[in-house]
Amino acid sequence: MRVALFVTCLVALFRPTIGFAAVKLLENEGCTVEVPRAQTCCGQPAYNSGDRATAKAIALQVLEAFEDYDYVVAPSGSCAGMIRVHYPELFADDPGVSTRVQQLAKRSWELVSFLVDICGMQAVSARWERHATYHDACSGLRELGIKDQPRRLLASVDGLRLKELPGAETCCGFGGTFCVKYPDISDKMVSDKAADIVATGYQSVLAGDLGCLLNIAGKLQRLGGRVQVRHVAEVLAGMTDEAPPIGAPR
Amino acid sequence: MLATSRTFEANARAGLANPTLQRALGMMRSGFPERRRVAVERLPEFEALRDIGKSIKDHTLEHLDFYLELFEENVLSSGGQVHWARTPEEARAAVLQICRSVDAKIVTKGKSMIAEEVGLNEYLEQNGIAPVETDLGEYIIQLRHEPPSHLIAPAIHLMKEQVADTFRAEHRSLDPGRSLVEARQLCDEARAVLRPRFLTADVGITGANFLVAETGSSIIVTNEGNGDLTQTLPRVHIVMTSLEKLVPTLEDATTLLRLLARSATGQEFSSYTTVSTGPRRPGDLDGPEQYHVVLLDNGRSALLGGEFQDMLRCIRCAACMNHCPVYAAVGGHAYGWVYSGPMGAVLTPSLLGLAEAGHLPNASTFCGQCESVCPVKIPLPKMMRHWRERQFAEKLNPPVYRSGLSLWAWAARRPALYHALVELASRVLGWLGSGRGRFRTLPLANGWTAVRDLPAPEGRSFQSLWAERQKSGVKH
Amino acid sequence: MSEAREQILAGIRRSLNRGRLDAAHETALRERVAAHRRNLVPARAAALDDPGRIDLFIAMAEEVQATVTRVGSSAAVPEEIARYLAAENLPAEVVLAPDSTLADLPWDERPLLRTRRGRAQAGDAVSLTPCVAAIAKAGTLMLISGAETPTTLNFLPDTHIVVLRADQVVAAYEDGWDRLRTHGETPRTINFITGPSRTGDIEQRIELGAHGPRRLHIILIDDRRNVGDGESRCRSGVICCCGAKPCGA
Repeated sequence: MRVALFVTCLVALFRPTIGFAAVKLLENEGCTVEVPRAQTCCGQPAYNSGDRATAKAIALQVLEAFEDYDYVVAPSGSCAGMIRVHYPELFADDPGVSTRVQQLAKRSWELVSFLVDICGMQAVSARWERHATYHDACSGLRELGIKDQPRRLLASVDGLRLKELPGAETCCGFGGTFCVKYPDISDKMVSDKAADIVATGYQSVLAGDLGCLLNIAGKLQRLGGRVQVRHVAEVLAGMTDEAPPIGAPR
Repeated sequence: MLATSRTFEANARAGLANPTLQRALGMMRSGFPERRRVAVERLPEFEALRDIGKSIKDHTLEHLDFYLELFEENVLSSGGQVHWARTPEEARAAVLQICRSVDAKIVTKGKSMIAEEVGLNEYLEQNGIAPVETDLGEYIIQLRHEPPSHLIAPAIHLMKEQVADTFRAEHRSLDPGRSLVEARQLCDEARAVLRPRFLTADVGITGANFLVAETGSSIIVTNEGNGDLTQTLPRVHIVMTSLEKLVPTLEDATTLLRLLARSATGQEFSSYTTVSTGPRRPGDLDGPEQYHVVLLDNGRSALLGGEFQDMLRCIRCAACMNHCPVYAAVGGHAYGWVYSGPMGAVLTPSLLGLAEAGHLPNASTFCGQCESVCPVKIPLPKMMRHWRERQFAEKLNPPVYRSGLSLWAWAARRPALYHALVELASRVLGWLGSGRGRFRTLPLANGWTAVRDLPAPEGRSFQSLWAERQKSGVKH
Repeated sequence: MSEAREQILAGIRRSLNRGRLDAAHETALRERVAAHRRNLVPARAAALDDPGRIDLFIAMAEEVQATVTRVGSSAAVPEEIARYLAAENLPAEVVLAPDSTLADLPWDERPLLRTRRGRAQAGDAVSLTPCVAAIAKAGTLMLISGAETPTTLNFLPDTHIVVLRADQVVAAYEDGWDRLRTHGETPRTINFITGPSRTGDIEQRIELGAHGPRRLHIILIDDRRNVGDGESRCRSGVICCCGAKPCGA
């Protein structure tokens, strides 16, 4: 299977480790992974700001770069959701492009759901002695139905004890531009999320979206907490020794 | 009702800083969602019913003119009257004219969001008629001169101590030494104070959860029984309602009623669901002599056939706001008008305009929780996005925001340049932040760093590392 | 006002991008309404036999804080009322719906129970009414207004007692609509009552007796046991012993 990795703009800038973890997991499943050069972003910031023209221009860029692969995989529910769920809507009235976009959408997947639902992965051979809890990122959960898959794979990580987070499905308050447009409200939401995480008493929190993770890590650290924050792909790929937790010193 | 949606940001800040409100919102957060979840779990057909409810509403909206005419036909043939109101002014005038025709002095009211929308209470008071809210939550906020903060639980923002204070201040004829500590005592006092008002009212005004075209009926759903006392005891019963409440048949209403109580409070059915058709019949021993339906448009007909039509499916259950993390953070008053939470974020701009209500559809993370619990599957985030599209097209966003976005967009369409900039940023920020691994402050990122740290980038961009890996042929 | 009416209807048609529906279309819609087809009815009660349906009704009614007593015949109703009022420490005084089925009950067997017939007045403490049907799957009672059943009896008194016959217990609301339509014209008021009055408006704590009755007591006349063994259990297609329509509907 020829898989094109959709890196996502946040991973590209803040945490390439997640991209490499995704590559490792995909290659272990027998995929040939390529990273098309002409990718920058999925266009969601423009789309959610009401700028459909820019969103479409970026989407066309994505289409051109990715449409020749068997699958497109992104280590992010919100980016995968943008391509899978929203690109077809963006081009619903464009008969020339609509079919190609729908094809692309059908082949686009979030990383963990791709591994479980398409590759049939049931376990990983990684080891991580930790007590950790898991935050369900909103787009992945509600647009793509990602709930069981990460938990199933994490259950197979040697030494990992996973505990359910109360309010796991409640938004962390990131919401793209929301967190800087309405910082007071975003702060309340992420404070509640941080409090729920700290209350579990567990050492680590995981999620599948870097936007949520940067938000949560930033708040936990501002509060002086010591809970460690990682992307689920890093744990599943057994790469927890290769980079410190998000926001921790190198 | 006077709107303060324009000052949403300040309203929200006030809500966040209000400890009593925060305590009340905490109770709401742990109450309604859990009860709804249990009720939905008990009904295996719930998901299927959502689809059917959606299709009943869609069908009715597609043929709204027909069903309105059929409804009117049946109201008339059962002895009632219909008053068509294009605007809030016409609706208020119709009610006043009916009240004057029977020389009404006291008017009791069941809960009606349409009455709030048109500012009925103030208007009646200006014209010498005293409206008395009878729904306990509405009564409390009427005493406090506050607007409702929630679609079905208007006083949800209050703790019982505040209610007790209000009762002490307003029920001055009662013994000041009485105990008002328990909710039970507050309820009993309200019951005792309002009973004489029910009995002496000349006119009773209710809303309508549904209107049934088949029979010319209005349906109210209450738990207290106040709506029933309001509409049965006085000589005149006025229903204040709007066009989109219509459903074709009693069976259609039943399907939607199955969805309503479960979605709203987690009950299977509310204590009282009442179907009213016309005035009392010859031979009846009680009931009103007159039955009037005031049908308000106020912009709803304009929403048909457009990108906001789905909003007209709303059955006013409040599940969306019960599950919304933004509502749970700031409370209903922040939204500044009658309708709050996600449904308010979509409906208010259509009724008041974007200049007044522009913040509302923007104050959302699009988490999608609202849509997932809406009993009639309204795509609320999508419609909030449509409002953002209108704002963008009309250039209503702040200039700093617009130029920041277009700069980013310009770069994002030039991958080579974009990658160079990302590589540069990751090196610089990675180097600056390598000691602590994060930033407490960062120029241009004050919106973020004011309340949280910003984790530092790893120091190289993915693309540059990948290119190196490809060149050297190293694999993990 | 009729100008408003025309403008509103015209506005609707303009938004929907069409003119008035043609006659054929309107006829089809009228037929759809006249057929009033049932939408999906949840299965919970539909498959139950008679005793099962009644047990479900009682369980659901009690869950919403109504109280239910079974009696073997309508003759036992006045005695049950006297017992209930004494147990609740209420005065032995009831205002009755002037309904013929209630009038025929043996009130003279309980001379100390004071009764009045008519609508409710302020100060009435206890009322007694019949009902049209009871919905098993929700524990709901269906009552209608009429010359013999004034609505104020359902709401003004503190305690509302309802006489329900076993053959009135139906599975779902749709069965209630079917029964109602046999009555003829729609009445002024149809009440679906599920438990006593309540509110959650103060800190979402449920309190009973907001404005309507604090107590809802249901006297269920279950005289099926009086019939011979082979007929007491109803199965699909078998005419029920109590004379109701074939159950399993």
